[in-house]
Parts: sequence; C-alpha cells; structure tokens
Amino acid sequence: MLRYFVSRILLAILTVFIIIAITFFAMNAIPGGPFDSEKAPDPVVKAVLEQRYNLDKPVWQQFLIYVGNILHGDFGVSLKTGRSITQTIRESFGISAKLGLMAALVAVVFGLTFGSIAALTRSGWSDRLIIFFTTLMVSVPSFVLATLLLLVFCLQLKWFPVWSQSRPNYVLPVIALSMSPMAYITRLTKSSMLDVLGQDYIRTAVSKGVSQFWVVAKHALRNALIPVITYVGPMVAYIVTGSLVVESVFTIGGLGGKFITSINNRDYPLIMATTIFLAVLMVLATLLSDLVYKLVDPRINFD
Amino acid sequence: MTENREFPKKQLLSLQLDLSKFEAATDEEKAQAVVMRESTTFFKDGMRKLRKNPLAMGSLVVLILIILLITIAPKVVPYTYDGMITVNGKRDKTAKNLAPFTYSKNEQAAIEAGEEIFPHIFGTDELCRDYFMRVIYGTRVSLIVGLFASLIVLVIGLLYGSISGYAGGKVDIIMMRIVDIIYSLPDTLMVILLSVVLSAVLSDALTGTIFQKVGVNMISLFIVFGLLYWVGMARLVRGQILTLKNNEYILAAKALGSSSGRIIWKHILPNCMSVIFISTALQVPSAIFTESYLSFIGLGVQVPMPSLGSLANAARSGISSYPYKLVFPSVMICLIVLSCNLLGDGLRDAFDPKLRR
Repeated sequence: MLRYFVSRILLAILTVFIIIAITFFAMNAIPGGPFDSEKAPDPVVKAVLEQRYNLDKPVWQQFLIYVGNILHGDFGVSLKTGRSITQTIRESFGISAKLGLMAALVAVVFGLTFGSIAALTRSGWSDRLIIFFTTLMVSVPSFVLATLLLLVFCLQLKWFPVWSQSRPNYVLPVIALSMSPMAYITRLTKSSMLDVLGQDYIRTAVSKGVSQFWVVAKHALRNALIPVITYVGPMVAYIVTGSLVVESVFTIGGLGGKFITSINNRDYPLIMATTIFLAVLMVLATLLSDLVYKLVDPRINFD
Repeated sequence: MTENREFPKKQLLSLQLDLSKFEAATDEEKAQAVVMRESTTFFKDGMRKLRKNPLAMGSLVVLILIILLITIAPKVVPYTYDGMITVNGKRDKTAKNLAPFTYSKNEQAAIEAGEEIFPHIFGTDELCRDYFMRVIYGTRVSLIVGLFASLIVLVIGLLYGSISGYAGGKVDIIMMRIVDIIYSLPDTLMVILLSVVLSAVLSDALTGTIFQKVGVNMISLFIVFGLLYWVGMARLVRGQILTLKNNEYILAAKALGSSSGRIIWKHILPNCMSVIFISTALQVPSAIFTESYLSFIGLGVQVPMPSLGSLANAARSGISSYPYKLVFPSVMICLIVLSCNLLGDGLRDAFDPKLRR
C-alpha cells in the first residue's frame, strides 16, 4: 500500500516536471524573442533587457531559473499587460474554482441520483428516458451546449441575465459544464449499481426487512460509488478544459477566459503559466482519485 | 456405377465390401444431408446482431446520408465555400447575412428578369458567401480530420503496442513507462499548447509546399494526435497481445519456425482485430470533438476553409441577430458525434468477443 502511494506520488511529480519541461522548451522553439519588434531597439538597451530577464544565458540555465521561479510561485510577467502573472492567476482563479466546484457538485449529485433511478427501474420508461438523455449529453460538446444555452435562455427567452461582474448568475455556465460529466456518472452508477444489486448482502438486507430506500442508500450506493471515484480525475480534466470555452462564451473573467484571450493575443508567458497551472491541477485530481480509490477498496491491485 | 459391373470374387475371410448390398442415394436423400443453415462466420454473426440494433442502424443511415450530402451537394449547388455570391457575373454585395431561403435585392431583380437562382438554403454569411456550402465543407473538413486522426492513432498505437506486448520483458517495461507518462499528461491542454507552438514554428517552414493549403493548424493537429493520442490504442493492443500470445497455436507457429513479424501479423493481429476496429471507430467522434474544440478557440483550420467548430465560433459574434448561423453547425456536430457514438456502441455490442454469449 505504502509502496503504491509513494510510486504514484513520484509519478505525479515526474509528470508535473515533464509538463513544465514540454511547456518551456516548446515555447522556446517559437522564433523571435520578446524584445524583437518592428523598430529594432538599441542593441545596448536590448542587451541590458536580455540580461535583466536572463535571456543571455544558455537555454538549460533559463529553464532551471524558470523552474526555480515557479517553485517560488513566480510565473513572470504578461507580455501584453506587463502585470505579474501570479497576481492575475490569483485574482481570476477564484471565480473559475467556484464555477468548477459547483459544476462538479451538480454532476455528482444528479449523476448518482439518476444512475440509481435508472438501475432500480431497469428497462422501465424512466430508465429509458435517462439513458436516452445521457447518450445525447455525452455527444454534445460543452462549447455547443454553452452557446446554445446562451442563445435560448439568455437572448431569446431572457430567463437569465447576461453575465456581469457585479451580478454573476452561475446557473447556465454550471449547466453547460456539468451535463457531460453528469451523463458519464449516471452511466457509471447505473452499471455498478446493477452489479451491486445482484450481490448476496443486498438479498440479506432485503430479507431482514430493511426498507428499499435504506437498502439503496446504505448498502448499494456505498459500494456502487467505488467505480465513480475513478471518474473524478477525468471529470476535473473535463471541467477545466470545458471551463476554457464556457467562460469565454459567457464572458466570465475567470482563468479559463483569460487563457483563451492569451492564446488569441499570443501572450506566451501567460499561456505557459496557465497551461502549467491547470495541468498541475489535473494531475493532482487524478492522483487524489487514484489514492482514494486504493484507500476505499484495498482489494484493487494496480500492479 | 452400373449395376451389372463385374466385381472380383470375394475371398473367404477378406474384409472386402460386398458392393451389391449398397445402392446410390437418390436426389431426395441427398437433399436431406445438406446442412440446414449456412455456417456463419464471426463477421456475418456480428453483422446480424448489428442489424437487429435499431439505434446503431439508424445512426448508420444518418451517417450515410451525411456522407452522401457532403459528396453530392458541391456538385449540385452552384456556390463555393470561399467565393462571394455573383449575379450576372458581378459580385453581389447586397447578399450579406441573408436569412435562409431569401434572396438579395440584386438577385430579386434577376429573378424578376426571368433568371433562375439557386436558393440559399442556410442563407449567407457576413462576407456574402453561401452558408449552406460553408456548413457542407465544414462537415467535410471535420469528418476527414476525424478519420485521418483516427488512422494515425491506429497505425502508431498498433505498431507500438504490438512491439511492446510481443517483446515483453525489459523492452515492454520501458515502453509502457513512456506510455504511462504520456497518458498522465493532460491531453487537451497539451494539444492547445502544441498547436500554439507548432503553428508558430511551422508557418515559415510550410510556405510554398503543398501543406500550405491544408493549413498550419491542421498539420499541427495531426502531429499532436500522432504524439499524444496513440497511447490508449497502444495500451489496448498490448493487453490484447499479452492475452493472445500464450495460446497454443502461437506455440505451434513458433515450433514451425515462423518469424516474430509473421506471428504478429498472421496469428495475433487477426484475433484482436475486432476490438481494435471498435476502438478506432470510437476514436473518430472524439477526434471530431477535439478538432471542433480547437477550431472553436481559434486554433483550427486556416481561413477561408471552414470547419464546424470555427463556423460555430464565428457565429458567436452575431448571435442575437443571426442565431440560425450558430444552430446549423452546432446541430451538425452533435448529429455526427451522436451517430458515431451510437454506431460505435452498436459495433462493440455486436463484435466484442468478451460480450458474446
């Protein structure tokens, strides 16, 4: 167990390091430096600037300096605004995290509920309806869902206000982000619930007179949850990548929206920083779900 | 054989048959011996199961209709995806942002003058181009990208996975560690990052070659797929090969002196083909998904070439005035991905040996 934990954590650290390396060297391969502009600056000024930002050193030294800075929480400055990127991330991540957590919560709660209902009413009309709905939702990309929701409920029906900083309305963005993970969780819950319901201990519980609600809530759901835990990592990845487009569709000033803007502006330091930050987030989520999976079900053998 | 033919005389105690005790079967008797049902092969059986699945067949029909539409429409509709609409050989600047099935002022005048003008089925866009043709070409681009990307994934994953699985031992461990690491990279973020970088790096290198027409972003998309997305396929192939390579017929082939390449190609791959085939089929919608996602955030195909994602993205700017421009490409993406997914599920149910009873 301990050995698995250590090796898993080491793999995660290695992954983070590789992500930083790929990001750094890929960005370095782009031709042109930050101080090349149409009107060539004075070579002396350029040399001073390059020395100040360590651009005169060999690439591997620059890389080590960059990694060192990241470990100290310093991502450098944005090319376009000249502001500290760490500051930008700190300001904009809050709103994204709030959005993401709400979407994850909605996905898990409704996914588990619908999955259980589908498993219990197997082949009934509610099961068919739920499965039809989830199949549909898995096939709709988040950006399509987001733009269609915006079109129908914000602009045509005017049920929800357009996003504004002072009066944020999270309903539509959360729906757009949570539908696809919810559909996956529903399917996962349904199949694992069907497995569990056939087990002997469920029959025991039923025969000793436990009501159906408690059989499901206490015995079945708890064990049916285990496969769902593995989906936490992919779900975080989906929500993070989905939030990039959803935030820019609803013009939410979160980290995802900033990332898309930085791509369109070709603001390389900001792209690097956001990529690394979000990637580390995803790696951590996967690590966490793997470790929890192992903790709740020690029968699982990964080797 | 005639009845009155002379037989050698039967020797005492010999086992020679006395043929006079036998008679030829009549046609009726022969008919009884014919096997009642044609023997079914794995493929035929799978197809039979697939045909019984209404969802999968429906999706297949939808996909075939879409493919027919995108091959026939460019031949029937007289507009192009990148040219302005012309009336009497002149560019028609009044044909801007037309609603579906409406005509511009100049076109109306031409119709009154007795000319026949092909209707703009989806209207026109802000640069006076026929929107139907743009959606058609967008669908073409998206489907082709999906197919090509899946093929790249298939080839690389198949090679890597079969080498790793067949070689075993240290080679396998090292190859699979590499796969583990690539697998744990967050793919979408890396795709975005590499697309940004590659489009900046390659744009100079590609000018003047045939690749320029395809577009830098498209090439980088394929490269990214080749770099990152094959790992799932490689794992799948390796797993299949590990279970297959301990079978007796592999041992027999080895004992007969077959080379490793021949064993992989002739004995192992045909046996895991169905699983690989299904997984490739399911890769297509996910590749279309990724392509439209990248196009949507502005990293897709080169303008004026449309793709469904970039059309949806472009439609966002006029979303309140021309909502139908958003609806057409969005519905198309959903339709393609949905029917690919349903068909893939149907194929898995029909062909996956693990699910067979």
